[in-house]
Amino acid sequence: MSLATPSAGKAVRAKRAGAYWPMLAPAMFVSLLSLIPLGFIIWITLTSGWDTVSELVLRPKVGELLVNTLVLLALTLPISIVLSVSLAWLIERTNLPFAKLWSWLMVAPLAVPAFVHSYAWNSALPGFHGLIGAVTVSVLAYFPFLYLPVAAQLRRLDPTLEETAASLGKEPATIFWTVVLPQLRLAICGGTLLIGLHLLAEYGLFVLMRFDTFATAIVDQFQAVYNGPAANLLGGVLVLLCLLLLRLEVFVRGDERYARVGAGAARTARSWTLGALAWPATLLPLAVSLLALGVPVWTLGRWLISGGAAVWRLDGIGPALGQTAALALGGAVLTTLAAAPIAWLSIRAPSRLQRALEACHYYVGALPGVIVALALVTITVRVALPLYQTIAMLLLAYLLMFLPRALVGLRASIAQAPVELERAAASLGKPPLVAIWKTTVRLAAPGAAASAALVALGIANELTGTLMLAPNGTRTLAMRFWSYTAELNFAAAAPYAVLLIVLSLPLVLLLRLQADRDPQS
Amino acid sequence: MTLFKSTLALGVALATLCSAAFAQEGSITVYNAQHESLTQEWADAFSEETGIVVVIRNGGDLEMGNQLIQEGANSPADVFLTENSPAMVLVDNAKLFEPLPADILDQVPAQYRPEDGHWTGIAARSTVFAYNTDKLTADTLPKTMAELADPAWKGRWAASPNGADFQAIVAAYLALEGEEATAAWLKGMKDNVVPVRGNRAAMAAANTGEVDGALIYHYYWFGDQAGTKESSDKVALHYFGHQDPGAFVSISGGGVLASSKNKADALKFIKFVTGKDGQAVLRDGTSYEYTVGVDQAANAALKPLADLDAPAVDPTQLDNAKAAALMTAAGLL
Repeated sequence: MSLATPSAGKAVRAKRAGAYWPMLAPAMFVSLLSLIPLGFIIWITLTSGWDTVSELVLRPKVGELLVNTLVLLALTLPISIVLSVSLAWLIERTNLPFAKLWSWLMVAPLAVPAFVHSYAWNSALPGFHGLIGAVTVSVLAYFPFLYLPVAAQLRRLDPTLEETAASLGKEPATIFWTVVLPQLRLAICGGTLLIGLHLLAEYGLFVLMRFDTFATAIVDQFQAVYNGPAANLLGGVLVLLCLLLLRLEVFVRGDERYARVGAGAARTARSWTLGALAWPATLLPLAVSLLALGVPVWTLGRWLISGGAAVWRLDGIGPALGQTAALALGGAVLTTLAAAPIAWLSIRAPSRLQRALEACHYYVGALPGVIVALALVTITVRVALPLYQTIAMLLLAYLLMFLPRALVGLRASIAQAPVELERAAASLGKPPLVAIWKTTVRLAAPGAAASAALVALGIANELTGTLMLAPNGTRTLAMRFWSYTAELNFAAAAPYAVLLIVLSLPLVLLLRLQADRDPQS
Repeated sequence: MTLFKSTLALGVALATLCSAAFAQEGSITVYNAQHESLTQEWADAFSEETGIVVVIRNGGDLEMGNQLIQEGANSPADVFLTENSPAMVLVDNAKLFEPLPADILDQVPAQYRPEDGHWTGIAARSTVFAYNTDKLTADTLPKTMAELADPAWKGRWAASPNGADFQAIVAAYLALEGEEATAAWLKGMKDNVVPVRGNRAAMAAANTGEVDGALIYHYYWFGDQAGTKESSDKVALHYFGHQDPGAFVSISGGGVLASSKNKADALKFIKFVTGKDGQAVLRDGTSYEYTVGVDQAANAALKPLADLDAPAVDPTQLDNAKAAALMTAAGLL
C-alpha cells in the first residue's frame, strides 16, 4: 500500500477526498452489506433475552463443543507450523534431492477440497475418526496455507544477517532459532491464522471424522429446527471465537521491522549441504505427499474402478457442472466488481474512512459461511421475502464470504498501474470514472482476472452456505458429492470429487505464483 | 469503450447462463426430506407419465417442516415429503396442509395415515438392531430396546441421535412408555451410546466391530447388501417384535401445501406416489422401504410388514418437540 502514494501528504489527501465520491459511495455500500452478518448476530443476542441465552449457551453440550474446538486448534496449529517450517527449510534452504518437485507437491493438497480429504480417509479407514482423525486430516488438508508463505519468505531472506551471526561464532542451530525463525514470524502468523479460521468454519471434514465443532453443531441445529434461536446463538459463540483468533494474531504478529536497511538488493541465500542425511531427509516430504496426495488419489481411483462407467451419470453430472460453473463465474465477476472501489481507494486515496471500510470486509471474510447463510436466510424469510431463495441472495453470500480474496489480487495489480496515467486522462477532460476505466482498469485487468479465479474456485467448493441458501432445484458439484458421501455411497460420489479437484488445480498454480511474487502474503 | 462493452456482454451472457441453468417452467416444487435418490425416482417416473417437471429441494424432516412454518403462506413449496411422521404433524398443526380428496386417501389403508386426512402415508420403515455376527449371537442379543440403556451395554451400540430418524424412534418410545421412562432411558443411552452421524455410519461402526450393534432402520442393511456390502458384510438384522418400542414402524408422509399455486398438479403427484406406479418404485427400486398402498406388496426381500409385531402408535401422537427437548436435556443434542 505504502509504495503507491509515497508523496501524498495529509493535506493533499484531505483536499482531494471530495473528488473520490464516485468510488467512495459504492465502497461504503458494499461495506454496509458486509456488516449484515455481524449485525444479525448482535441483534439475535440482544432480542433473545438473557434467559434464552443462558439456557441455550450455558449448557454442558456447548462446553463440550468449546473444549473440542480449542483442543483441535491447540493440536492442529503447532503441528502444522512445525511440519511446514521443517518442509520449507528442507526444500528451500538445503540441497534436498528433487527439491523442485517437492516444492510443487507440498502445495498440491490444496487442490483437494477438505471434505474430499476426509472422504478419502473415511472410506480407506472407516475406523479412523475422532480427535486424532480430525487433527490428522486437518493438518494434511490445510498445512499448505502455512507452507506457501513460509517457503516464499525463506526464498527471499537476506543472507547477510545469517552470515553476520555466523561470523560472530554462532552455531547453525542457534542461527536458525535466533536469526531465521524470527524473520519467518509474519509468514507463520498469517498462515496459522488462515488455518485457524478454516478450522472454525469447516463442516464436511469434521462430520466425516465424527468430530463435533461449533460449525457442525450449528448445522445440526439448523437441520433440526431451521433457524431457531439455538443455532443463531451458537453462531454468536463461533463469531466470538473468530474475533478472538483475529486479535490473537495481531498480538503475536507484533510490529517489528525485518526489512533490509540501506541500498542494494539481497543475494540469494546459500543452501546447506545435507550430506549423508540427504536421502533420509527426503522421507519427510515423501511421507507427507503420500498421506496428503496418495491417500485421496488411491481412494478415488479405487472407487472409480469399482464404480465403473455406471457412476458417470451425465444426467446428474451435466447440470451440476453447469450450475457450479454459472454460480462460480457469476459470483466471481460480481465479487471482483464489488471489491474494485475499495481496492482502488486503498491504493489511490488511503484514509481513516477507507481503512474502516476495509476492516468491515476483513472481519466478515473471516466468518464461517454458515454464519453468513444463517443471517441471510433469517433476514429474507422474515422481512425480505421476495429475495428469499433467489440466486441474488446466494450471490450476495458468496460476495460477503469471498470479497477479501478478491481484494488481495486487485490491490496488488492496481498498485502497479501508475497513477500519472489516470491524472493525464483526467487532465484531457475525461470524467473521473472514465479516466480510471481507460487507464488503471485496463492495466489491472490481468490481476483482476486472477482474483476472480480465486473467488470462483472458492465458490465451487463452498458447501454449507450453498445448502442453506440455494434456490429450489439447485444441485452443485459440492452438493451432489456431499449427498452421496452422507449416504456412504462412495463410488457415486467419486466422479464429483474428481471434477472438484480438476477445477481446483488452477488454484494451486495461482497461489504458488502469487506467493512467489507478493512479499506480504 | 470496447472493454466496457465486452464486460457488459460477458455480464449479460452470465445472467443468461444463470437463468438457463436454473429456469423451471410448468413445474411443481417438492420440499423433500425423503432420501434424495428415492424421490428422484418418483419424480422421474411422474414427469415421464404426466410431462410435469418436478423441482426438488432437499433437506431434513424437521428442517423443512420448520422452514415451511416460517415461510407460511408465501412458501414456494407445493408438496412436502418426509421420512417420518413428526414433521408432517408439525406442519399439519400449523394448518398449512390442503385436505386430501377421498380418491387419494383410499389408496392407503387407514392405519398408515392420520384420521384428519390432511396428509397420507407414502412408505414405511421398521426399527431394527443391526448387529455384528462375530460379536453377538441369538442368546446375547438385546430382548428389548429398554435393555440398551443398561450399564451392561456401555460403549457397545451406535446410533445417530442428530437425525430425524432416531428422534422419531425416541418420540415413539415417549408415546408408548411415557415421559419419565423416556428421560431415564435417554440418560442410560447418553452413557452407553457411541454417537455417529447417519444411520449408515452407525451400521458401518457395527460392521467394523467398533460396536456390537446399531439401532437404525431396516433398509440401510438391504441397500448395502444389494450393493457393495462394504458396510454390512458382517452385519445381520434383529427385529425386536413383541410390540416393543424397538419394533416401531415409522410412517413416511406426503402432503400438499394449502398455499400451493399448483394444487392440481401437486395432488396428481401425491396420487401417483401412493398409487400403483409410485408404490412399484418402492417394490422394485433400490430404496427397500416398505410399501403402504392398498394391495401393494413390498419388496420380496423384506420381512413382511404384517410379521413385524410392531407396537400400535398413532402417527399424530408423536411429539417430536418433546422428544428433542428430552434429548437436549440428556446432552444428546
